[in-house]
Amino acid sequence: MADPFLSIQSVRKSFGNVAVVKDFNLDVDRGEFVSFLGPSGCGKTTMLRMVAGFEQPTSGTIKIGGKDVTYLKPNQRKVGMVFQAYALFPNLTVAQNIGFGLRVAGKPRAEIEARVKEMLGIIKLPDFGARYPYQLSGGQQQRIALARALAPSPALLLLDEPLSALDAKVRISLREEIRSIQKRLGITTIFVTHDQEEALSMSDRIVVMNEGRADQTGTPFEIYNKPTTRFVANFVGTLNVLKGTVVNAANGQVKIGDDTVMLDSDLGGRKAGDSVSLALRPEAVSLGRNDLRETSVAATISEVHFLGSVIRVRAKVGDNSVSLDTFNDPSAPPPSAGSAAEISFARRDLMVLDD
Amino acid sequence: MTNVSSTISSGAPNVTPPPAARKRLPLQWLGVMPFFIFALMFLILPTAYLVIGAFQNNQGEFTFENIAALSQPTIVSAYWISIRISLASSVIGALAGFAIALAIVRGGLPKWARPATMTFSGVASNFAGVPLAFAFLATLGRLGLVTVGLRAIGIDIYSLGFTILSFWGLTLTYLFFQIPLMVVIITPAIDGLKKEWGEAAATLGATTSQYWRMVAIPVIWPSFLGTVVLLFANAFGAIATAYALTGSSLNIVPILLYAQIRGDVLHNPHLGYALAFGMIMITGLANVLYIWFRTRSERWLK
Amino acid sequence: MKVSRFWAWATFIVGASYFFIPLIATFEFSLRMKRGEYSFEAYRVVFADPRFQATFGYSVVVAIFTILLGVLLVVPTAYWIRLRMPWLRPIVEFITLLPLIIPAIVIVFGYIRMYGSNSPLPFLASVRGTDVLLIIGYATLALPYMYRAVDTGLRTIDVATLTEAAQILGAGWVTIIGRIILPNVLIAVLSGAFLTFAIVIGEFTMASLLNRPAFGPYLQLIGANRAYEPAALAVISFAITWGCMSVIQVLSRFAPKSANNPN
Repeated sequence: MADPFLSIQSVRKSFGNVAVVKDFNLDVDRGEFVSFLGPSGCGKTTMLRMVAGFEQPTSGTIKIGGKDVTYLKPNQRKVGMVFQAYALFPNLTVAQNIGFGLRVAGKPRAEIEARVKEMLGIIKLPDFGARYPYQLSGGQQQRIALARALAPSPALLLLDEPLSALDAKVRISLREEIRSIQKRLGITTIFVTHDQEEALSMSDRIVVMNEGRADQTGTPFEIYNKPTTRFVANFVGTLNVLKGTVVNAANGQVKIGDDTVMLDSDLGGRKAGDSVSLALRPEAVSLGRNDLRETSVAATISEVHFLGSVIRVRAKVGDNSVSLDTFNDPSAPPPSAGSAAEISFARRDLMVLDD
Repeated sequence: MTNVSSTISSGAPNVTPPPAARKRLPLQWLGVMPFFIFALMFLILPTAYLVIGAFQNNQGEFTFENIAALSQPTIVSAYWISIRISLASSVIGALAGFAIALAIVRGGLPKWARPATMTFSGVASNFAGVPLAFAFLATLGRLGLVTVGLRAIGIDIYSLGFTILSFWGLTLTYLFFQIPLMVVIITPAIDGLKKEWGEAAATLGATTSQYWRMVAIPVIWPSFLGTVVLLFANAFGAIATAYALTGSSLNIVPILLYAQIRGDVLHNPHLGYALAFGMIMITGLANVLYIWFRTRSERWLK
Repeated sequence: MKVSRFWAWATFIVGASYFFIPLIATFEFSLRMKRGEYSFEAYRVVFADPRFQATFGYSVVVAIFTILLGVLLVVPTAYWIRLRMPWLRPIVEFITLLPLIIPAIVIVFGYIRMYGSNSPLPFLASVRGTDVLLIIGYATLALPYMYRAVDTGLRTIDVATLTEAAQILGAGWVTIIGRIILPNVLIAVLSGAFLTFAIVIGEFTMASLLNRPAFGPYLQLIGANRAYEPAALAVISFAITWGCMSVIQVLSRFAPKSANNPN
C-alpha cells in the first residue's frame, strides 16, 4: 500500500442538504479489482461517478496514478467505463464503437483497425465488427461495451452495475469473463454492484457501503466471515441473529434461550446483564450433535422445507429463529415441525454484532 | 386442411367444403374495404385524375404541352417563390425549433419551461390559416404594434423595404406554425438521446463537440430531416395565410392555382392540372429524397 | 455548463418574444376599435354579426360530421389491421400520410373536376351533396391525425385478447367494436376529434373552393373589408385552438398508461 494507484481521500458529496457520500477513504493498488457493494441509494454509484468525473466531490481529493484528478473533466482522465444499459452508440457499427476512443484521440486508421481486431478477439466476438448494436443480444452488447472501454488502454476501468440488465445465465458467464479479461490485462478496476454474489466471486477486495459510508473494506473472505458491523453481516449472506444476555463478560459466557454458551470473541466492553446480538451463518449450524461443533443448544423445529438435495430447517431457540440447511438423506426421514431437537455450532463461528 | 377434408368427404362425395374455408379471404378483406374505397375515391383517384389531365389536351389526347407550358415566366417565378418560401420557413423553422427543443430538454431551464413550451407549441402549430395572417397584420402591418413601436423609436421598417406582403414577411409569418411543429416532433427525438451516450463518449476522451458530431447529430438526423420535409410540404401547400395576408398580390403556386380553379386565369384547364401535378411532384420529390436518404444513412435502425 | 444554460435562456427568451409579441399585438389591436380608448367593441360587433353566427354554426356542424366520419372510417380499419392484417399496416399508414404530401388545394381541385354535375357521382350538383363532399374532404385532411391518435390508443390495449374474450362470451363484430374496442380507445378518439375540430373550424381552401358558407371564408371576407374585427377574430380563433388543445391535454391524463402489448 506504499504507492496506491487510485487514492480516494476524505471524499464527501452532498446534493443540497443531503449528504450522499460521507468521508470516503480508499486506496486501490495497481491491477486490483475492488467492488463497491451496497443497497441502492448507498452512494456507491455517486462515488464511482466522482472517480469518473461526472460529479465533483464537495470536499476531498481523488488521485489516479499519483495525479490529483478531483476537478479534471471526464474526457481527460483516461478512465474506461461500462454502463448498466450498455450505452453503445446505435449509429455506429461494433467496430466503430470499439474504435471510438482511438478515433477521437486522432490515432491512425491502421492502428485503430488492429486494436479493434485485437479487442474483438479478447471478448471472443471476432466476426461481429460490421454489425450494429441492435443486432446483438444484451450479453454481446455488454461485451462490446467492455471492449470499447478497454480499447484506448485506460488507466482505470469503472463498471457501473454492468450485469444487472442481463438474465441470470449470461450474468454468470459474463462475470467470469470480465474477471479473466481484467486479470489478463492487469487493469485496475472498480466494480459497482448491489449483488453480493457478484462482489464475492469477482473481487480482490470489497467495500461494503451503507448510507454514504464505507462500512467495511476487506477481502471477500473477510467480509463474509468476519463482518464487523451488523449492516455488513446482514447485507452479505444470510444471517441468523441470536439475542442473548451476557452472563460473565470476562470468560465470554452468554445466555441464549435456556442455554449458556461460551464465546471466543471479545464482548466489546459489555457487562454482565447486558444484551448482546450474536450472528451465525446457516452453514455454520447443524442439526443434532456434531463432533466438529462443540456447542449445542436445545431448539424446537418450527418449519421444514424440502428443497431436493437440501432441506432447509427453521428452529426456535428461545425467542430466536435460526435457519439451517441439512443435506437430504434418503435413508432417514426429514425432521418434523414441532419436534424438539438440538442444534450445534462452533463457538468461533459466533460473531458479536455492534448495536 | 385439404387432406383432412378429402378424407372426411370421401364417404359422402356430395358434401361441399365448409363455408368458412372459402369465405375466409374475402371476409378478412371486407374489414378494410371501406377505408380503401374511401382512400381510392377521395384521395387517390382525384389526384390521379389531375395527374392524367396534366398529360392530356382538350381533345383528351396524350401530350406534354401542358407540362411544357409550365415554363412560362409567371408560373416559373410562382414555383420559385413558393419553393424559396417553403425552404426558408422549413429550414429556419427546423433550426429554431431544434434550438428551442434542445433548450427545454437539455438547457437546465426551470421545470415549468418544458410543459409550458410543449402546450404552447401544440396550440401554435395548429394556429394557421386566415387568423394567423390577421395576427401578423396587427403586428407587422403598416399599423401593427411592432411597426408603430419601432417607428416611435425612429426605425421605419417599411421605409427600409420591409413589407409583410414580401418573401420575408410571409416566411416570418409561416414560422409561427413551423417552429412549434418542429418542437412538437423533435422533442421526443432529443429525449431519445441517452445520457449514458454522452457519458460513455466523455470517458472515451471525446469532447462535447466530438460527441455531437459523431453520435448525437447522426442519431437525430433522420428525425430532423423528416421533419424538415414535413414542414416544407406544410408551407408549400399552405394558401389561406398567404391569401388573407396578400390577396392575390403575391405570386405563389397555391394562390395561382386557387385563381385558376376559380376563374381559369390561365385560359387552359389542362394547364391547371399541370400546375397541381407540379405541386405533387415537388412535395413528392421531397419525400422521396427523404426516404432515399433515410434508408442510406440509417442502416443502424431496426 | 454555464454557457449552455445561458444559451438555453437566450433561445427561450427570443422564442417566447417571437411567439408572444404577435399575440399581444393582435389583442391590443382588437381593443382599439373605439378611438382613444380600449374597448371590446370589436368583439361585440363580431358576435353580433349574423354572418358570424351562421358561418361559425355551419363550421361546427361540419366539424362534428367530419369527426363522425373519421371515427367510423378509422377505428374499424385500425382495429382490423392490428388484429388480422398487420402486414397491411405499412400500406395503410402510407395512405394516411398522403394528405400531408398532397396539398389540400390539389385534393379539392380533383373533387371539383371528378364530382361535377356531369359526372357519374354528381356530388356538386346539389347543396347537400356539396356539404357531404366538404365533410369528406375534411375527413381526408384529418386522416393523418385521426389515424395516429387511434392507432396509438389501440397500442396500449391488448386488442387480440380483448376480442377473443368478447367472442367467447358470444359477442358479434358490431358489439366488439362498439362496446369493447371503442370505449377502450375513447380517449384517443376524443383527442383525434378535438384536433380535427381545431383543423376544420377555420379551414379556408376547401370551403372557399366548394363555395360553402363556412367560418374560414367568412374570416377571409372580414379580413379584406374591416380593420379591427379581424384582430378580434384572430384572438377568438386562437382561443378556440387553445381550448381544443387543452381538452386533448386534459384527456391524455385519463388515457390508459399500460402497454401490455409490445407492438
